[in-house]
Amino acid sequence: MGMTVTEKILACHAGRDHVEAGEIIEARIDIALANDITAPLSLEEFEKAGAKSVFDPERVVLVLDHFTPNKDIQSAENCKIIREFSEKHGITNFYEGGACGIEHALLPEQGLVGPGDVVVGADSHTCTYGALGAFSTGVGSTDLTYAMVTGSLWFKVPESVKFVCKGKWQPWVTGKDLILSIIGMIGVEGARYQAMEFDGEAIEDLSMDSRFSAANMVIEAGAKNGIFRVDRKALEYIKGRAGREYKVFESDPDAPYRKVTEINVSDLGLQVALPFLPSNVKNVEEVRDIGIDQVIIGSCTNGRLEDLEIAAKILRGKKVAKHVRCIVIPATPGIYHTALNRGYFDTYLDAGCIISPPTCGPCLGGHMGVLARGERAVSTTNRNFVGRMGHPESEVYLAGAAVAAASAVKGEIAHPREVA
Amino acid sequence: MLSGRVWKFGDNIDTDIIIPARYLAYTDPLVLGQHCMEPLAPDFARSVRRGDIIVAGSNFGCGSSREHAPIAILSLGIPVVIAKSFARIFYRNAFNQALGLLEADICDAVSAGETIEVDLATGLIKTARAEVQALPIPPFMLELISEGGLINHLRRQLEERK
Repeated sequence: MGMTVTEKILACHAGRDHVEAGEIIEARIDIALANDITAPLSLEEFEKAGAKSVFDPERVVLVLDHFTPNKDIQSAENCKIIREFSEKHGITNFYEGGACGIEHALLPEQGLVGPGDVVVGADSHTCTYGALGAFSTGVGSTDLTYAMVTGSLWFKVPESVKFVCKGKWQPWVTGKDLILSIIGMIGVEGARYQAMEFDGEAIEDLSMDSRFSAANMVIEAGAKNGIFRVDRKALEYIKGRAGREYKVFESDPDAPYRKVTEINVSDLGLQVALPFLPSNVKNVEEVRDIGIDQVIIGSCTNGRLEDLEIAAKILRGKKVAKHVRCIVIPATPGIYHTALNRGYFDTYLDAGCIISPPTCGPCLGGHMGVLARGERAVSTTNRNFVGRMGHPESEVYLAGAAVAAASAVKGEIAHPREVA
Repeated sequence: MLSGRVWKFGDNIDTDIIIPARYLAYTDPLVLGQHCMEPLAPDFARSVRRGDIIVAGSNFGCGSSREHAPIAILSLGIPVVIAKSFARIFYRNAFNQALGLLEADICDAVSAGETIEVDLATGLIKTARAEVQALPIPPFMLELISEGGLINHLRRQLEERK
């Protein structure tokens, strides 16, 4: 019996020829990541364990992206602790200030993660790097401490499910719509503990930004990791970025899958996930008369150049509806710079948008766009749980950048054609 | 054998309910405990007693990787959560913090407030109406709980290396 790409990567990192789903293995870690809300716990555990050093100062990545620019004294204190730890242990990949971006957009951009890697991050959306053919998964602060100190971690090898995508993409439709429709189909625990593998001819037509966006949200179906085939487009992305040697793995033709699902993307329209679960998905045409107070275009899911370009196209020459706050958050300094050079910022400012520095802030109700009681937001982020963006009686509707920008103009949830 | 009053919750209790993100700047278990389940049950932290047990439906702990979630539950003195199923990251985090989890579908078999008995080692749950056998906890996870979590396990490893 052959192996899936996930099994192959884990086998290689466990020093084994073969592993199968269900086995518990100890695997070598290529990158261990934490941010300003998960690292403080991790560093406390580091002290408690009596650890003296990290396994490799170049392979521990610390990104201060959640409650930054520091939203209050406590957040500032946390960042200070992480900064001091980084200095003491010579952490080379410590990001803050003007070098800092949203971690899951930043790490691929900086070439810190690549095909065949095993990456763990104390952030559930660490699964994003599956877009580059890495095995990449979210863990808690304690697991992260263990990985930071030992350079290894135990894993249960996940079963795999495969989504084979065929057909031609409709205008405005992106990876966000693909993953929302899949979560709508299989539910928020539809892939619990499993690896979600994406393949098929339509994936070749999908941009890297869209692949990151889709891989980012596999956790919302309960998956352990999501993984894409490394094709020419992926290799082009990595070229000039990868700081280490990488190895491309591919699933065997006879690899075992719990389930294989075919998806015809020609039938896929723009998707919206209604409160309060990411699986509560409808076509945007079915979501009528939902007035909104805020729009967020950003996050580790959709703060990349493709998203900013879509938003700029729709907002060009238009005005954000009265009483709507439209907040655009480029995910990294690199993306910020490019968007600025391409003139998107003029478009956003002329339309009446707010442009934020890179931060996770509003996605988790941290800062830079928190909702009041009864307020509604359309957001390109990844979760619409009760109280996720603020007051427990506020609501978040998840969508891609096209629906978000169109909704900002119309003042209610809209398809881009309604504001064209 | 553990014995405690039941607090019932539904399906998909996510980590933003267990501990909202606005409290994640804190690591003090007492602070986190005060806000546990706040969006859904604002009085929970005030009313819960040490030794009480959470019973829930499927996919408990879905959402973020915040380990603040099991820490908040533990700080209220809740030793075990029984749910139909658990989200993956929460499952690991709970055992790493030495919070016991049992997979069993007993929501319909218990009433809120009733006292039930739980044997973590065997997975046997005794309610007023029935005895239910949960999926037994894997030996490695039981070892983690008896050691007081993964960090104690790591500390022992590091000491042995010296």
